[in-house]
Amino acid sequence: MRGADMVVRSLIAEQAELIFGYPGGAIMPVYDALYDYHDQIKHVLTRHEQGAIHAAQGYARVSGKVGVCLATSGPGATNLITGLADAQIDSTPLVCITGQVAAHLLGTDAFQETDMMGISMPATKWNIQVRRAEDIGPAIAKGFYIARTGRPGAVLIDITKNAQVEFGKFLYEPCQEFRSYKTQYPVDLALVEEAATLLNAAERPYLLFGQGVILGKAEAELLQFLEKSGIPAASTLLGSGALSEEHPNYVGKLGMHGNYAPNLLTNQCDVLLAVGMRFDDRVTGDLSRYAKQAKIIHLELDPSEINKIVKTTVAIQGNCKESLVKLTEAIIPKIYPDWMEKFRALEEQEKEVVVQHDLTPTKAGLTMGEVIHHINRYKADDAVLVTDVGQHQMIAWRYFNYKKTRTQVTSGGLGTMGFALPAALGAQLHDFSRQVICVVGDGGIQMTIQELGTIMQTKAPVKIVLLNNNYLGMVRQWQQLFFDKRYSFTELDNPDFIKLAEAYSIKALKVSDRATLDEAIEDMFIHDGPFFLEVVVEKEDNVFPMIATGSSVEEVRLH
Amino acid sequence: MKRYTLFVIAENFIGILNRITIIFTRRGINIDALTASESRVPGVHRITIEVTATEETVVHLVKQIEKIIDVIKAFHHEDSGVVYQELALYKIPSSRLDGGLEKIIRDHHAKIIAAEPDFVVLELTGHKEKTRELLELLKGYGIVEFARSGRVAVAKRMLTIDSFVN
Repeated sequence: MRGADMVVRSLIAEQAELIFGYPGGAIMPVYDALYDYHDQIKHVLTRHEQGAIHAAQGYARVSGKVGVCLATSGPGATNLITGLADAQIDSTPLVCITGQVAAHLLGTDAFQETDMMGISMPATKWNIQVRRAEDIGPAIAKGFYIARTGRPGAVLIDITKNAQVEFGKFLYEPCQEFRSYKTQYPVDLALVEEAATLLNAAERPYLLFGQGVILGKAEAELLQFLEKSGIPAASTLLGSGALSEEHPNYVGKLGMHGNYAPNLLTNQCDVLLAVGMRFDDRVTGDLSRYAKQAKIIHLELDPSEINKIVKTTVAIQGNCKESLVKLTEAIIPKIYPDWMEKFRALEEQEKEVVVQHDLTPTKAGLTMGEVIHHINRYKADDAVLVTDVGQHQMIAWRYFNYKKTRTQVTSGGLGTMGFALPAALGAQLHDFSRQVICVVGDGGIQMTIQELGTIMQTKAPVKIVLLNNNYLGMVRQWQQLFFDKRYSFTELDNPDFIKLAEAYSIKALKVSDRATLDEAIEDMFIHDGPFFLEVVVEKEDNVFPMIATGSSVEEVRLH
Repeated sequence: MKRYTLFVIAENFIGILNRITIIFTRRGINIDALTASESRVPGVHRITIEVTATEETVVHLVKQIEKIIDVIKAFHHEDSGVVYQELALYKIPSSRLDGGLEKIIRDHHAKIIAAEPDFVVLELTGHKEKTRELLELLKGYGIVEFARSGRVAVAKRMLTIDSFVN
């Protein structure tokens, strides 16, 4: 069999139904092979390789499957780097296949040759270069196994052109295990007992959950633990969706622009139980003043995350799907009415100072918050919210009503502007029947706006909501608060977005006053097909609460 | 800050050394010395890295190294936990050979491993302090070249490579 056919046959064997990519010289044999298998594997041609990889990420995040993308050598491959780094830091399972110049040309500065092994190494969980046809199947099998098992991550497989055109024997064998890589860690029951003892004696226990719950498919186990333990629970950015926000134990969101109570009370709990989260600096604020009073229990799969940032009292290594069950068995049922009341009281303060301003503004200008508020009225329970990076991301996260798992797709760790539009496309293409709402800012959308073309071509019914303040809003907010209002290069002269969307045959509507907002959002959801809604929002509004850089979680500001 | 020896047992795949060293690069940590060689198990490499850092940093580094997919095991020891040696070579112009130099060679248990018309090469095996001491003395004899290997070390702990590989 020809190497290029092996690539496609391997992808089919791994049940990759949908892949994203962009052809070019060094990957052409694989594209030629795809032509023969179009009934078994669907390929989406994006308008830029960055679009392809973010689409694959969006697809992976909503489906739980491995996202796949294809690109050619040189610039095609280097255009994947941002997406690789993004997927790696957010633990998104991804396999990227890049073409490479023929093996005999490696290292000669051949046309479109770049050292992809070297360049991608710091941004991947694993990478490999394949120079012989017979090595293609095993490399792809190993790549998929590594991408999806353990803590998921990004894999890059660089295949030289000669390997794609040469012939060899092909018998696909999925990878099961290999000696240098451990994916399972048996939960240490003695540690579970220690953790349970701490929790059973606690007066103000507090649970923080992150994306590890979603990646470990432990949503039900988290719910059972919370119901029995009665412990208040807060979510990280990427943990949102793992627990319905309507659950009585749910107290809100953590981090720089999270909720007031969850941040502030981190420094008042006596036992802090962190589940599948990694104490990102945006969550902890000043580490020297983070939860110093608390005994800390960490349920975590990745051994390198344990004691990396926060020193734990008890660390239970393993999948939280298993450790949560054991911990649920070991704890006694309790309730914490006084402790819970503290959260609710602070929540009221946040409502008065922040939420009222955001959701029921008295000024004429629309706020980002009220747009999300209206979206909540029409969205389905399992609607996916895809956001870019900046003010709109934090506001959408704050006010979107998360009810189901895998409804949150955003660039968390890397903070990649331009992520949302292609990621929303990928999320939508996984399931046309599911609502996918893409909330973007006027800065970020212009970084990957060419993907409107892919939305046009695929007819993916993405609902794009552009919150336009003609600013790089988050940077402007920081300039206002920390740089003496010196608005250095943050104001944008924008194109006519409506004309632009219409040029791509996408139905578009612009709203700039409150009276027509609700109807416009309703129209957007009713419309059968992609929709572009531009909402002109207050030009200089800020996101609060906020923990300023260098501040402690207890110094979270309401204004 | 202390001196530590990191041991890495890894599959002998292309790029493994790069994967390990970028962990240090990213954190701005200098590698004092590094040696890589085959282990006694075919296909398995052992890499010995000498680094000066805090215990906390070293623990973090070891975890990051062990996270590399093709790394089988990584661990670290302080100097007291390892038996180690370094090898140094010194090239001296033959014209400078005299009774004084011969005495130095004898006193330091160095060996002459090559004698050419123009130069002689001395070899000394020992810890850094010892090989450096000889270097200082040879500076008075017009030394033209000096090379020292990285640390070659074995741990004192009685763990065999088989317990990681199987």
